[in-house]
Amino acid sequence: MEAFLDTFFNGAVLARYAPSILQGVWVTVLLSVLIVVSGIVGGAALACLRAYRIRPLSALIVIYADMFRALPPLVLILLVFFGLPNLGILLSSSTVLYLILTLVLAAFAEEIVWAGITAVPKGQWEASRSTGLGFTQTLIWVILPQAVRLVIPPLTNRAIAITKMTALGMVIGVPDILGQATTAQSFSANASPLMLAAIAYVLLFLPLVIFSRWLETRFAAPGV
Amino acid sequence: MTQAAQEAVAPPTLVVRGLRKSFGSEEVLQGIDLTVARRELVFVLGPSGSGKSTMLRCCNRLEEPDAGEITLEGDPVTGPKVDVNQLRRRMGMVFQAFNLYPHLSALSNVTLALRKVRGLPRPEAEAMGLTALDRVGLKAKAASYPAHLSGGQQQRVAIARALALEPSVMLFDEPTSALDPELVGDVLAVMQDMKAQGMTMLVVSHEMKFARDAADRVIFMDAGRIVEQGTPEQIFETPHHERTQTFLARFSGRG
Amino acid sequence: MEAILTQFFNVEIMVKALPLVLQGLGITLLICVVVIPLGLVGGLLAALAAVSRNRAVRWSAIALVDLFRAVPPLVLLIFIYAGLPFAGLSLSPFAAVAIGFFLNNSAYFAEIFRAGLLSVHKGQAEAARSTGLTQNQTLIHVVLPQATRNVLPDLMSNVVEVIKLTSLASVVSLGEMLHAAGLVRSLTYNASPLVLAAGIYLAMLWPLVRLISRFERRIAS
Repeated sequence: MEAFLDTFFNGAVLARYAPSILQGVWVTVLLSVLIVVSGIVGGAALACLRAYRIRPLSALIVIYADMFRALPPLVLILLVFFGLPNLGILLSSSTVLYLILTLVLAAFAEEIVWAGITAVPKGQWEASRSTGLGFTQTLIWVILPQAVRLVIPPLTNRAIAITKMTALGMVIGVPDILGQATTAQSFSANASPLMLAAIAYVLLFLPLVIFSRWLETRFAAPGV
Repeated sequence: MTQAAQEAVAPPTLVVRGLRKSFGSEEVLQGIDLTVARRELVFVLGPSGSGKSTMLRCCNRLEEPDAGEITLEGDPVTGPKVDVNQLRRRMGMVFQAFNLYPHLSALSNVTLALRKVRGLPRPEAEAMGLTALDRVGLKAKAASYPAHLSGGQQQRVAIARALALEPSVMLFDEPTSALDPELVGDVLAVMQDMKAQGMTMLVVSHEMKFARDAADRVIFMDAGRIVEQGTPEQIFETPHHERTQTFLARFSGRG
Repeated sequence: MEAILTQFFNVEIMVKALPLVLQGLGITLLICVVVIPLGLVGGLLAALAAVSRNRAVRWSAIALVDLFRAVPPLVLLIFIYAGLPFAGLSLSPFAAVAIGFFLNNSAYFAEIFRAGLLSVHKGQAEAARSTGLTQNQTLIHVVLPQATRNVLPDLMSNVVEVIKLTSLASVVSLGEMLHAAGLVRSLTYNASPLVLAAGIYLAMLWPLVRLISRFERRIAS
């Protein structure tokens, strides 16, 4: 028991590295918020563009969404992080992580919101157009609010799954929770920093997971 | 000029000439000619598949006509240069399935087009919206969402949504067909009241009693053409055409 | 343009990298073959526990599922691979990957199966029991087939996620495809091996992604 505590909850190691892991928490939170906001806004915008049914544009959007849904994010992260410098483009590891995860989330969000747009009954378009609202006005004021409401549960789940991928940043040296913890672990030769990191992730994401579970039951109720 | 004289020289509210529309190889409208005068209530009758709804939907171009000419108060509805959104504002439409916006309250359903199409500021739009809801007897439900309204109430809100834009003509596409029988009366009462206030109306419906009570003219359509038209008495008591007779015979004892 | 071609689409380097990358692909597929069935079985068991009538069983299953959905898979993997040895428990990279992914995948598959089980109307089980089927027979022959069919797109899309997830094994030096490609990249200072790996991932997963989209649309309509 004592050996277990010494290995995973070593007081001295925890005290020493808690501040740097706390810094990592802020990096993770900041990156997550930025990724969620820009990814969902970007995905919804692409889904709206697709609603205009301009063939070449829709095809490009579908190809983009398919590719970023099919490729493992870690492959994209390594490709951009190690590939771009060879072209003389230098991006910080945090920027690369932000860009890639935003693009990945936007790809999923586009597909999800598009499914929502197509699920809104045709009568809603007709009713709105019959009162003189234009296509774009109808899309923004009548269709999109209903579409987003329909897809809030899958969108939330996807957003959580992708913000958890900020941990991948550790591979390219982003000082997020996992990055700080692995550094601390190799200096301290002790597993406590990893345990602290795991606890930090649980504290951050468990409420979100429970929230998404609540959303699912709420939005599954009929008439909403 | 007196009001009567003004009305005499003003063009009819809605004029349809030679309207044709096909879906694939099937021609559902085979040349429709129809005039709706100001303050007139024209009631359109016919078996399902006769093209009634398509004709109505062509009037505000929810369906694009293949051929023919439509004018609203003398202004062209068809043609490439027409601002279809401005015209639709002047033609209210009521749907069989209500099509209320589920994410908006009754009042917001009514005010959306006032704000976004007519560009009214919110307080003004809401004042007009409340007046419109009052006309259909639902001012008290202004804050309710569609999911919390009965079918009849939803349809009356949908009527208010169209009325609030102060249209020149109201198009009704089987407004009571999706309602439980006990809820039909309230909607018809609202329509009768609109007629009494002088609204011009084109109504596709199967409510024969309403046609007898409120219609100025009844049109019988079959297979994409207008077969027969006249006053309710003429059509219901002494129909000339054989197809009108068979259709009405099937409906006798109902409505 | 020239630079992009030589840095990212260098055929010569790709050809050199191909044998190693294909060897990595073999390990990627091996991981999939081990981890996907494990996750499906674990997920199904957890889901059955999560809809159990016994409140203690139900809530502990849901708590475990939520816990493993909250921890990023890479954190779990590194904890198992680099943390447990300090407690005297050293695992091979493959065992660490298998255990880590089993815990992570089971949680996600459990959530999907649970939704599927809840989507089957209660009358179905009642009807089956009324004909004399036992509880287990009812589950296997009546409830599970319907539950699985109702969530098939979600199951497939999670399988895609698992295949993508195998790339994380590269972090613990398991020589799967991304690890192999990364190795050649670090030797040649050229990103083409990574592009090659990306191409192989695309070839494997794009058809699946398309299929899922089509599936989802058909179920929605």
